[in-house]
Amino acid sequence: MQIRTPEFKESARIALHDVGLQKALGNVKNGFPGKRAAAMARLPEFDALRDQARDVKNHVIAHLDLYLEQFEAKVLENGGHVHWCRTSEDARQTILKICREQNARTVTKGKSMVTEEINLNEFLEQNGIQPIETDLGEYIIQLRGEHPSHIIAPAIHLNLEDVADTFHAHHHTPRSVDPKVLMQEARERLREKFAAADVGITGANFLVAETGSSIIVTNEGNGDLTQILPNTHIVVTSIEKVVPTLEDMTLFLRLLARSATGQECSVYNTLSTGGRRPGDQDGPENFHVVLVDNGRSDMVGNDFQDMLRCIRCAACMNHCPVYGAVGGHSYGWVYPGPMGSVLTPQMIGIEQGALLPNASTFCGKCESVCPVHIPLPKLMRHWREKEFEKHLTPRTARWGLGGWAFMARRPALYRKFSALSNAALRLMAGKKGYIRKIPMVGAWTDWRDMPAPSGKTFMQQWQEKQRSGH
Amino acid sequence: MSKAEILGNIRRGLGGKITDEARATVKNRIQAHAPNLIPARGQLPAAERLALFINMARESAAELIELNDLADLPAALDQHMQSLGITELIMAQDKCLTSLDWSPLQNKQTTQRVSQVGDLASLTTAFLGIAETGTLMLYSRAESPTTLNFLPDTHYVVLRREDIVGVYEDAWNQLREETGGQMPRTVNLITGPSRSADIEQTLQMGAHGPRQLVIYLI
Repeated sequence: MQIRTPEFKESARIALHDVGLQKALGNVKNGFPGKRAAAMARLPEFDALRDQARDVKNHVIAHLDLYLEQFEAKVLENGGHVHWCRTSEDARQTILKICREQNARTVTKGKSMVTEEINLNEFLEQNGIQPIETDLGEYIIQLRGEHPSHIIAPAIHLNLEDVADTFHAHHHTPRSVDPKVLMQEARERLREKFAAADVGITGANFLVAETGSSIIVTNEGNGDLTQILPNTHIVVTSIEKVVPTLEDMTLFLRLLARSATGQECSVYNTLSTGGRRPGDQDGPENFHVVLVDNGRSDMVGNDFQDMLRCIRCAACMNHCPVYGAVGGHSYGWVYPGPMGSVLTPQMIGIEQGALLPNASTFCGKCESVCPVHIPLPKLMRHWREKEFEKHLTPRTARWGLGGWAFMARRPALYRKFSALSNAALRLMAGKKGYIRKIPMVGAWTDWRDMPAPSGKTFMQQWQEKQRSGH
Repeated sequence: MSKAEILGNIRRGLGGKITDEARATVKNRIQAHAPNLIPARGQLPAAERLALFINMARESAAELIELNDLADLPAALDQHMQSLGITELIMAQDKCLTSLDWSPLQNKQTTQRVSQVGDLASLTTAFLGIAETGTLMLYSRAESPTTLNFLPDTHYVVLRREDIVGVYEDAWNQLREETGGQMPRTVNLITGPSRSADIEQTLQMGAHGPRQLVIYLI
């Protein structure tokens, strides 16, 4: 998809004034956090599981090469194929080749963010193959020519009325605003597509090295119909999804649904291992796993390694005040919210992605709800540092930071200056106690008043108290 | 080519060469498949385990019907199918099902094949029930095609009380034992009927999979 991340500020401004979007975003804030909290409360071991999940992921990353080799060996042993793809282009060509071998005309798809990342749908269409999204949310946005605005609830930016209009226009049925009727329409239309597809593409939530299995975690059952009806099943996934054993996968399953939707357990957790076995009456003959790197192997050993622990539950964006205000499309690429603000600069480059790690209040909520304890604010700070190093930071901010750094290295000067500005601010505020306008920081004072410092600086107070023996 | 590049890049990030120690660590971890922390919730004596399974399955919106004997199944199904107006049952070919006396099914027929678009009801067995979350474990094999678990509107599943385990870890061990460590093509963990909240985050039942999941507990 087209990268629109550099337009973040403008997109965010438009989003804040979009009445429909603001209503829809209410469904995020009023839904997910409460459900997650309730699920957590029912499982006393939840926090202990999070610690363990972090440790298992760290262990896997420290042996990622070996676990991937083991996973591949098991897939081959079960008659499947593994394709290693360094870039999006490698992955697209690999998938196209498999589809061509099957003379594929239509491809059904289960929900997959990695296929968004590699821009697969557009590419298949250009090559005469029709991709059909089958997850209800993905189906809705595909009809509208949109991309997901959330990694687990792709159509969360839409209201019922929008879906009603979309289905009315594309299905040529009477317009209904009954969600039940709308879902039924999608169900009926997609049934035939499932049966007619030549290839089914799904993502994977985890890959199990012990068995060579991939697992998808879903509620609708579309991912299952996608993979069992066509002759060929392609799993498009990324290298950090591997876990050692079924027991380790279980640890993550206990965290994933609860962190994501607040469910005790998703409806369908499906393990796929190789192709159809002798005697099996259904299921795909061919099983392919496309392992996408796309910059992830560069993260091993760098400042962003912790991000490889991410299990894509979306808890960070569900609790994020910035995501909740501007929605996923404002972020301008595939991954929104705090996890996207860390991942996007890695994948599209800090030159294009720099606004995202800056679009954070650093309230810390994302880190506090992360099931694998990713220090998201810290990683966003690392990106700000890289931005500064590369001289991408706007000049006024650089001057400001440079000036502050100069003072901070000279404590005596710093104290004198802060005492002086303290007094100056108090003078500017006068009797009101707050300041309406400060030159050069209009971005702040245009929208709010700046409270004046209430007394002496911390250092002044400290020294006085030391002297008076308190 | 890509494989060598990706693995090479990972190794560079990890600081160089693969050691024998690292290889042994990975091999041992996979062979040991040791459990991680197991929640206390599922570690219960048999009677409480059964009660937990029933509660959790019902919470997931599965319909759960208790029968004393497998022989009572055809009559129970007759009644349930009658209430839904269903006249054909697509069946898995497990011996325990095919050997039953199906004459109680009145004006209805049973068919043994894979499922197709348009089928209204299927019947399969479950390999295990997992009490922790009220989940059924099924796996693909010649007698039990996976399409039966997903295409029909109503999925009837037979589960024996003694096949209910407490937690997933027990289930994996039993699966390894049952299949000689050879994973079947598909393992399905099913908790309730299909659903979606993709329209305005309002939960609707019956998205793409079965609209109803009916468990007969024997």
